[in-house]
Amino acid sequence: MNQHRWNWHLWVGFALCLVGFASLPVLARFPATRDVPWVNFLLFGTGLAFLFVGLRRAFGQPQQYRGKIAGPILGTVSVLAAALFCFVVFYETRQLPASTGAPKVGERAPDFVLPDTSNRPVSLSSLLSTPFVNTQMPPKGVVLVFYRGYW
Amino acid sequence: MSRDLCRKAGYKFTFLSDPKAEVIRRYDLLHPGAGVKGQDIARPAEFLVDSSGVIRWANLTEDYRVRTRPDQLIEQAGELK
Repeated sequence: MNQHRWNWHLWVGFALCLVGFASLPVLARFPATRDVPWVNFLLFGTGLAFLFVGLRRAFGQPQQYRGKIAGPILGTVSVLAAALFCFVVFYETRQLPASTGAPKVGERAPDFVLPDTSNRPVSLSSLLSTPFVNTQMPPKGVVLVFYRGYW
Repeated sequence: MSRDLCRKAGYKFTFLSDPKAEVIRRYDLLHPGAGVKGQDIARPAEFLVDSSGVIRWANLTEDYRVRTRPDQLIEQAGELK
């Protein structure tokens, strides 16, 4: 009897790689899994290990296991997904301008006037000097956050 | 548009708009062509300015996925006199 068994390692490995790739936007919401995307790396690592076992079975024991056609396809797609992921995480998101002229610690923050959500002009100096309603005291400081938004 | 966004997100802090990127340019934080449709946008950056207007702490991240976390800012703000 020479029945080919389902080579489930290949499919589990492929599925893990897909999840590892697609879960980046979700995991990026949490600092613990965003700053270093270790969960994604773990998923890719485990997935590729499963694929490796599956491919060894498909080509090493072809009498027992299927997957000589599906294996290389799933493996290639998974490796490409892992490579693209690494490209994005290690290269693409680090392509930022040098910003050598940005104000530095110890320097005075350049004052500015910009409209708020009610279109009222707001200056940095006014933010620093306007007292809080409850304490009547001006703030000890202001945090400026430059955000990559489109609004 | 940003008013709706602030209300939806529950932001209580002052939310300013720099549509011509004038202040972004003055702070040398422009990231040309990096927007979804190739617009010029700001690189993400955070500055802590003390009451005299001097920058006490700044973070120009090297990776735009990685931004300052609220706890980091609170820790730095606690050192202001």
